Amino acid sequence: MNARVVVAMSGGVDSSVAAALLKEQGYEVIGMMLRLWTEPGRETANRCCTPEAMALARRVASQLEIPFYVVDAKDAFAEQVVTYFINEYMRGVTPNPCMICNRHIRWEFLLNRALSLGAEFMATGHYACLERDAQGRAHLFRANDQHKDQSYVLHALDPSQLDRALFPIGELTKSEVRQKAAELNLPVAHARESQDLCFLAGTRYEDFLKRNAPNTASPGAILDSYGNLLGQHAGLPFYTIGQRKGLGISSAEPLYVLEKDIASNTLRVGPADDLGCHTLTASEMNWLQPAPVQPFRALVKTRYTAPPRPATVSPDGPNRFIATFDDAVRDITPGQAAVIYLSDEVLGGGIIETQVAPAAARRRVNLLNNR
Amino acid sequence: MVSDFSSRTYLDYAASTPVDPRVLEKMLPYFTDTFGNPSSTHWYGQRSEAAIEAARRQIADVLCIQPEEILFTSGGSESDNLALRGAAWMTRETRGANQILITPVEHPAVAKTARALAAHHGFQLEYAPVDTFGGTTPQDVEPLLRTSTAVVSIIHGNNEIGTINPVAEIAEVCAASSVLLHTDAVQAAAHLPLNLSKIRADLVSLGGHKLHGPKGIGALFVRRGTPLLPILTGGSQEFGLRAGTSNVPLIVGLAEALAITQAELAQTTGKIMAMRNKLVAEVLEAIPDSILTGHPEARLRNHSSFAFKGVNGSELLMLLDGQGFACSSGSACKTGNPEPSETLLALGLAPEWASGSLRVTLGPQTTDAEIQRFLSVLPGVIETARALESQTA
Repeated sequence: MNARVVVAMSGGVDSSVAAALLKEQGYEVIGMMLRLWTEPGRETANRCCTPEAMALARRVASQLEIPFYVVDAKDAFAEQVVTYFINEYMRGVTPNPCMICNRHIRWEFLLNRALSLGAEFMATGHYACLERDAQGRAHLFRANDQHKDQSYVLHALDPSQLDRALFPIGELTKSEVRQKAAELNLPVAHARESQDLCFLAGTRYEDFLKRNAPNTASPGAILDSYGNLLGQHAGLPFYTIGQRKGLGISSAEPLYVLEKDIASNTLRVGPADDLGCHTLTASEMNWLQPAPVQPFRALVKTRYTAPPRPATVSPDGPNRFIATFDDAVRDITPGQAAVIYLSDEVLGGGIIETQVAPAAARRRVNLLNNR
Repeated sequence: MVSDFSSRTYLDYAASTPVDPRVLEKMLPYFTDTFGNPSSTHWYGQRSEAAIEAARRQIADVLCIQPEEILFTSGGSESDNLALRGAAWMTRETRGANQILITPVEHPAVAKTARALAAHHGFQLEYAPVDTFGGTTPQDVEPLLRTSTAVVSIIHGNNEIGTINPVAEIAEVCAASSVLLHTDAVQAAAHLPLNLSKIRADLVSLGGHKLHGPKGIGALFVRRGTPLLPILTGGSQEFGLRAGTSNVPLIVGLAEALAITQAELAQTTGKIMAMRNKLVAEVLEAIPDSILTGHPEARLRNHSSFAFKGVNGSELLMLLDGQGFACSSGSACKTGNPEPSETLLALGLAPEWASGSLRVTLGPQTTDAEIQRFLSVLPGVIETARALESQTA
């Protein structure tokens, strides 16, 4: 009897082709789809599980002749992901809900169900590569299609979760995946892929926060690095580090968000020169491979869309690290993940706690203090 | 150990049944040879019409009624709709009655039709009480009958919990008050002798695919003189009460399936019931926090239904399917948006029980070995389902 694999299906082309490839490889494939939480009244607009997406996934499953089940994860998603999303904004950092969803919903809630159903592996349509070494330990690598690489969000998996993972399309490019879908005549959506958070259901996150956590945002001061009052902000959650537009202040040179100070509810802005940081500290470290003790050279990626950048990584105990970049990085954002790569392999990652203020800004603050 | 998907066991005969080969054989000529439109004047039409009228007589003989008291429909749901809408509208037209009385455990085809009549057609909807087994009695119904009652609908054999209602006795109290009684006998006709000269209901719904007939065909018994308006208008088929070209092969199949099922009840009941009783006893014995839902004795012969505390019904069905067992659950939902079963809530079950229901329904092909295998698997599956549910909470 062939090994049983559960494929997390979404109705999209990636997971559909993933299921088809596994079936071709001779696995006993079962499709599962998560029903996630949406604000009451907006259920049909959650792009992860619209009725159309469900109908598509069901069609793909029936065409592949695999069983298909929808799993209700509404409560778990609300508890784990939405609560985290709101709490992170409340503590002044920018959350990464897709990472938490991957860790707790896909790779815990759904994986538990897959294993309960007798599956040996769970597969997803993520663009990432896995190799298993002689000891059977899984190693996670960037996808061959660098533009679609999703290893960043997968860094948060527990090694035991990774051991159960399969990423069947990780070796393919997006166009190869589309071609495979066309060859197999798989029904796939023609709608453009959205990068919005699924549970926002097409609304803006600012409005979502106002509706669901009205106390997270209160107006406060916008200051420059010399402490000059430049204007009022609408609430810190509505700004991200490196943001230029929408500050509502006029100045001779373009100003960027440098820092959000929750304690004083102030937004610190400054010129582009002040934006870059060389150093970050990260906590909640998740090592996929045995944790190094000594500082080492690596590539560090600080956002889903950022390129991995050369840095020296210094582990600070098992749960924290400091990364010092060779060149200043402009948009290091507390709350986002910093993921460490050794060449193409993901060693692990943590949550950015602080970015250390760059030299130029420090100088001005010192000047101010000495005046 | 995981069982192979190729060795599957079907334990969902209340959902649907395979067509009996004898039924299929009788239907086949009416797809290709005798294909004429039964409304046509010519010989082709006459042969088709003859087949329909023979089927009508065949059903009438089985149910001890007159052939013209049978209307063919597209299935149990349409029969329920025609009975409720047709009788409610006509009764209001003739004598101004505007109330509908049902129980809270009706099949959705009755419950939602009654609610639609209340929401959109100005009828008042009342519910007769049910006991903790989902049963209702003439004594429950009688005090609720008024001259303003347009139609009463009470399910004969409950699809979800198997409880059999005393419809013959309920029909007597309705007749005494000159109130129309409809009963949905779609499940009951597959498992109980159905003699409509003894059960004096005015309207009785039947369906094909619960009794080894084809899907897409049903019938409504309309006792002579019962006021009824058509809900599908058009041609004058079915005595002007149900328009649309008669589906000859399916009508032939329904009649044959009903005749075979009713004729063979006596010889199949003992074996099915023995397996069912063993199943119920061993499930309740082996699994903690489990109850039988519905009546322990007055229930359909092939029907067992349970509630397990702290289980998600949809996940339970998924896990059982993964082990090769096809069952069903009142609270399950293929779109992953489960609600506790309305029927189970009406029995007074708390939501943490009503979400974890399981219906296991047997058929003539079910074997002792299959039941034995099911019993060996179910306790572990329930344990797994409970573990998943407690991780979620």
